[in-house]
Amino acid sequence: MFNHLLSLLIWLPVVGAIPVLLAGSARPNLARWLSLLVAVLTFVVSLFLLAQYNPAGAAMQLVESHLWIASWGVHYGLAVDGISVALIVMTTFVGILVVAGAWEVIQDKPHQYMAAMLILEGLLIGVFCATDALLFYALFEAILIPMFILIGIWGGPRRVYATLKFFIYTFFGSVFMLIALLYLYQKAHTFDLATLAALPLTFKEQAWIFFAFLIAFAIKVPMVPVHTWLPDAHVEAPTGGSVVLAAVMLKVGTYGMLRFMLPIVPDAGAHFAWLIIVLSLVAVVYIGYVALVQEDMKKLVAYSSVAHMGFVTLGIFIAFALVREQGRTDMALLGMQGAMIQMISHGFVSGAMFTCIGVMYDRLHTRQIKDYGGVINVMPWFGFFYVLFAMANCGLPGTSGFVGEFMVILASFSANPWIALFAAFTLIIGAAYTLWLVKRVLWGEITNPHVAEMKEINGRETFVLAAFAAAVLALGIWPQPLVHLMDNSVSQLVQQLAIHKI
Amino acid sequence: MPTFNDILILLPEFYLVGAACVLLLADAFMRPAQRHWLHWISIAVLLVAIYLVIAGQPPQAVTAFGSMFVRDDVAEILKVFALGTTAMVFVYARPYLIDRKLLGGEFYTLMIFAVLGIMLLVSAGSLVTVYLGLELLSLSSYALVALNRDAKLPPEAAIKYFVLGALASGMLLYGMSMVYGASGMGGTPSLDLAQLHNVMSYTTAPTLLLFGLVFMVVGIGFKLGAAPFHMWIPDVYHGAPTPVTTFIASGSKLAAFGMAYRLLDAGMGDLSQHWQLMLAVLAVISLAIGNLVAIVQTNLKRMLAYSTISHMGYLLLGLAAASPEGYAAAMFYAICYALMGVAAFGVMLAMARAGFECEEIADLKGLNQKSPWMAFLMLLAMFSLAGVPPLFGFWAKVLVLEAAIHADMLWLAIVGIVFAIIGLYYYLYVVKVMYFDKPQEGGALQAQPDQPLRVVLSLNALSLLVLGVYWGPLLAWCRHAFGL
Repeated sequence: MFNHLLSLLIWLPVVGAIPVLLAGSARPNLARWLSLLVAVLTFVVSLFLLAQYNPAGAAMQLVESHLWIASWGVHYGLAVDGISVALIVMTTFVGILVVAGAWEVIQDKPHQYMAAMLILEGLLIGVFCATDALLFYALFEAILIPMFILIGIWGGPRRVYATLKFFIYTFFGSVFMLIALLYLYQKAHTFDLATLAALPLTFKEQAWIFFAFLIAFAIKVPMVPVHTWLPDAHVEAPTGGSVVLAAVMLKVGTYGMLRFMLPIVPDAGAHFAWLIIVLSLVAVVYIGYVALVQEDMKKLVAYSSVAHMGFVTLGIFIAFALVREQGRTDMALLGMQGAMIQMISHGFVSGAMFTCIGVMYDRLHTRQIKDYGGVINVMPWFGFFYVLFAMANCGLPGTSGFVGEFMVILASFSANPWIALFAAFTLIIGAAYTLWLVKRVLWGEITNPHVAEMKEINGRETFVLAAFAAAVLALGIWPQPLVHLMDNSVSQLVQQLAIHKI
Repeated sequence: MPTFNDILILLPEFYLVGAACVLLLADAFMRPAQRHWLHWISIAVLLVAIYLVIAGQPPQAVTAFGSMFVRDDVAEILKVFALGTTAMVFVYARPYLIDRKLLGGEFYTLMIFAVLGIMLLVSAGSLVTVYLGLELLSLSSYALVALNRDAKLPPEAAIKYFVLGALASGMLLYGMSMVYGASGMGGTPSLDLAQLHNVMSYTTAPTLLLFGLVFMVVGIGFKLGAAPFHMWIPDVYHGAPTPVTTFIASGSKLAAFGMAYRLLDAGMGDLSQHWQLMLAVLAVISLAIGNLVAIVQTNLKRMLAYSTISHMGYLLLGLAAASPEGYAAAMFYAICYALMGVAAFGVMLAMARAGFECEEIADLKGLNQKSPWMAFLMLLAMFSLAGVPPLFGFWAKVLVLEAAIHADMLWLAIVGIVFAIIGLYYYLYVVKVMYFDKPQEGGALQAQPDQPLRVVLSLNALSLLVLGVYWGPLLAWCRHAFGL
């Protein structure tokens, strides 16, 4: 059996970026086709991964481990569980759509754009399968470089401000995590995550490490009150950048919580779970209201991302309350599963929403809601997709948005009905801002003469939107395969929550 | 009496003395049309010296001339990198020197003498050798800074460098005299570093010894360019011709690390609890001043000068740990910094033209449009300096931070990391200027067509990426040198 599948997945897009770069600005079409080829190949390899992964098998599969830095005992360690597999397949899927979405939109140095995207994709896959903390950290930080370039070169008018803020903000968070990791290394003499998970730590140590991790991941998720970089970065980023940012990059934060905070500092996690739950509810309710008043479409979707990610953090940390205080492992499992499904679903829905906005922006070069109105009259097919994604965004049953949110609300109800009440607010607020957006953009009479000149989506755009739509509907109607894929891994995480390490 | 074996141990050094003298003579007797051969000969001289260092490497540490000179792994590694980076400086400097009509024997001879100073310094086994090496390096450097004597800034920079450098040398010498005196009170006076190691245990004048130590730390601080002894750095970096700046930012830093290690560990190792705190304070001040002042610089050379100060702060983090792990981390950092510094200045040299120094940050505007490859190399250097993975500079920072935490100085590591965030800004700003800004009107921004320069610079900058992915062997080498 070929046992370097994960390495292949990481390095294929990274190395594939080199011929794309070499194709150069002189042959932009060659660069485009090459990058599409690399993206499709990566996706195909990720399907192999899906086939190879045995959901009923051991916790971490397809293990690769090579001694990387002998004197420090650092390993180039890769392995996947169900959660990683789901995230990786989502990443490679989005990767194709991002390349296709940028096809003729990016006219300025397309080879550099595509190469940055491919490198970003490879690094993100690496983050999702690293089992060595130092490797994880290096990849986690390395993501910033291509994203910095993507926003900075191809972004909107305030791109420089947005990209610097994005880079420095996220870097700020993660360095404290580095200190925590080095501290752990002093105690364990290894960066292996499984060993670190078994390392006994006093509560004081756990609390400090918990907050060092929290600041790193909370900024990435992002949680209130450290979400302020996100609206800027999203608004200024090119469409593809926004899609990757929302669909995949935010998941790195919650994925990090699963891999680091839950196993390494479970006692501190249980102790401070209330804090995360409160912050998540603030994100769901307050940021929902903030989204309501936005006049910029991208900003609205950006804030709605913060609100939706609030559900993920809520689902993860409500599990602590359920397991530790009430012993309700079944409900904790439900909440955690809901959080995982929400992660995947939000990846598709937010990616699709940003793609839709990109499609309109390419035609009218404005993101202001007031400039639109009556788009459905000139772009009926586009309107169809847009409404579908809007419905998924507000969590309509039958779309992927519903499944995760419903499971998290159900789990929080058994923890505390009040938490469920606030979480359920999203059904109203989410519907309010999304439907109102649809109403102002799609419906009504055409007031702006430029809207009348907008052309219907072409074949390429239809392909991208249809792919997103298929994913959203598939997850909404039949989430069972996804649940099955992650079931074992999630129950293992929940079991770990119950272990006291002091 | 010196034996033949002593001479054999010093073979690379003796060879360099001879080679430098031959170069000097050749320069005097060559016809001007043949002068350009000096360039290739000088590079060959350095490469042969590297070969002699590696080929003659003794299986374990040996001393020569009555332990005045030590040849151990630490010295070998530092020498190889000092010689290597200097050879790189030669390659990068050629078009710059030709454009400014500075290509001549003086540059090469002085540089080789400066490298010789570095080699003596890092191999020093006694206070006298330390001073000898330091002065040889410094005096050559003063002259090199003033190489372009008709321009306005270089002589000014050279005078500043000379006055402050002489002052620092005086401090160091004064400190050495006190240590020597203290060693004579209650025992036999000695200049030998190995014998000075346990002076504290028998001397009847511990206060005098500590006083001497303080003055020596001042001398080390000056050579490293650690705040508050950093005043010379921005002016010298700015005023010196860029190739000389490159040398001061690379080889010279390796020498400063070697000097600090020899004096503090070999010589004053027993007093580590005293100098640890001094170095920690120097580190904090350097990190603060370097990073904060660099933010407001508009001149790239000055910005990199302040960035050097902050990097020396990180290097001191490793030294302050006062453990073999700490020294290994600090040496790793010094090597890393030398490679990054050479790469960053190398891009400036590649972009410079006659009458265009390419030393303002604004000069790099839109570099990605005109020379995407050069912009990419500079990007690698900048992200490496900023300490962003997967580049080399990140791992160097991780190592010194780990050393500080290991030495129970968690607070120092946190200070270090906080300033890394602040420092990030000005490196990102350079990337921003290169990638996000439009090119200036009339800006040339074409890289020098010199092929060797392009190839070596590309390898240099890409090595930051390669070593960032695979830094294990270098670390193992550094750790081995300190017996780990």
